[in-house]
Amino acid sequence: MREVAAIGVGITKWGELWKKSFRDIYVETALLALEDAGVDRIDSMYVGSMSSGLFVGQEHIAALLADYLGQTPVPSTRVETACASGGLALKLGYMEVASGMSDVVLVSGIEKMTDVSGNEATYALGTAADQEYEGYHGITFPGLYALIAVAHMEKYGTTREQMAMVSVKNHKNGTKNPVAQFPFEITVDQVLNSVMVADPLRILDCSPITDGAAAIILYPAELAKKMGKPVVKIIGTGHATDTIELSQRTDITWLNATYLAAKSAYAMADKKPEDIDLVEVHDCFTIAEICVTEALGFIEKGKGGEAVEQELTAIDGKIPVNPSGGLKSKGHPVGASGVAQAVEVVKQLRSDCCDRQVSDARIGMTQNMGGSGASAVVHIFERE
Amino acid sequence: MSTPARYWREIPQRYRLEANKCSSCGKIFFPPRLLCNVCQSKDLEKTKLAETGKVLTYTIIRVPPHQFVDQAPYAVGIVELDDGVKIMGQVVDCDFEDIKIGMKVKVEFRKLFDVGESGILCYGYKFVPQLR
Repeated sequence: MREVAAIGVGITKWGELWKKSFRDIYVETALLALEDAGVDRIDSMYVGSMSSGLFVGQEHIAALLADYLGQTPVPSTRVETACASGGLALKLGYMEVASGMSDVVLVSGIEKMTDVSGNEATYALGTAADQEYEGYHGITFPGLYALIAVAHMEKYGTTREQMAMVSVKNHKNGTKNPVAQFPFEITVDQVLNSVMVADPLRILDCSPITDGAAAIILYPAELAKKMGKPVVKIIGTGHATDTIELSQRTDITWLNATYLAAKSAYAMADKKPEDIDLVEVHDCFTIAEICVTEALGFIEKGKGGEAVEQELTAIDGKIPVNPSGGLKSKGHPVGASGVAQAVEVVKQLRSDCCDRQVSDARIGMTQNMGGSGASAVVHIFERE
Repeated sequence: MSTPARYWREIPQRYRLEANKCSSCGKIFFPPRLLCNVCQSKDLEKTKLAETGKVLTYTIIRVPPHQFVDQAPYAVGIVELDDGVKIMGQVVDCDFEDIKIGMKVKVEFRKLFDVGESGILCYGYKFVPQLR
């Protein structure tokens, strides 16, 4: 296999983009990545999108977006694994370049979620759970993670305040990110007094509904070195599944697919958790970040809550988690989030992150998951 | 809207708790499966779930999906039945503050939601506290 580098990244301001169409958000973002890479043609493209059908009534988006990007007739593939769609698009793009099948591959993710009402968006997101045996009983995504939170609190003594601190930390990081949807600070008290969504999770424990896209250009690392740009290589990729139904897992508090995806990525990259300088994780809910830091091996099992309280996951902590602001502050256009995590890590490793730069960052990781954790994709990046 | 066939297919499970059990390793599947996910055996026999169990974890849904708008807030839990099978469902007929991890419940047949003027009423199971 060939070594693969990310030579261009693109991300535009996220939020409630009522004036912009699905296709325009995509093209603006993808053009930034093409410009950053210094290329004007691609060999192939991947688009991560969870549910363009339910959110904007449009399927067959791979061809639509290739056309509007002026890249027809290149092969274009849409990838779907719920909220891990973007991470999986990255894995497939990586494989296509590594295999030698293509040289220039555009990896992207997009979701436009605010063209439907809140209840309809809740329903659309709910389709990432088992529709017949979870959705049928009225569970929602905040509800599924609330079930995990209650179990984690009971088993390990994780506190309501510790969960709130995840949100406070990510919002603080997000104030330094120009594309973040909610770039303002919040306090623990504000989280604890915000509207209850699914007990014990409140609205400020939840990532928002967001319109947005992200894009990356992949290229063989050997050729990228000749371009004289900072070369950030993908050195590990891991992908695993678990039962889609939360109730079927041996331990509801343990994200086994994330653990296994990380195990594969660490093995491929020949790295350990101690080698990672920063990580962008899937904090769709505050409890998710706590469980993910445990499953990735950064924090001892059951101590994810304490770790936040001790500021081990702060931008200057033992393992900086979500320097971008994470899904919580930056926003969570579901299909785009996995690609946006990689955009952040590439920028961090190039030292392009200004006020939110993690010092001496050389090796970074992304962890993207779908549903209540049934799909997980982990990538490890290294700057040459 | 889906045709009633999608609903009709699930009736044996939802109305009567029909499950199946791997003849080789003994694992019980709900809903029934064609293939055991532990030992890959295709030899599965019919069985029925236990009707009592305990709450493993729970939440109160306050922002519901559109089919459940008129019911919120409502409690949803994961229950481990006495045969070891874990299933999700609403916990009803009690105050929210009385729901605790470990609470003993039984499974009852209830209406879950209805789907509007041209739709059908949707039934299934919910959990209620066991009488002391």
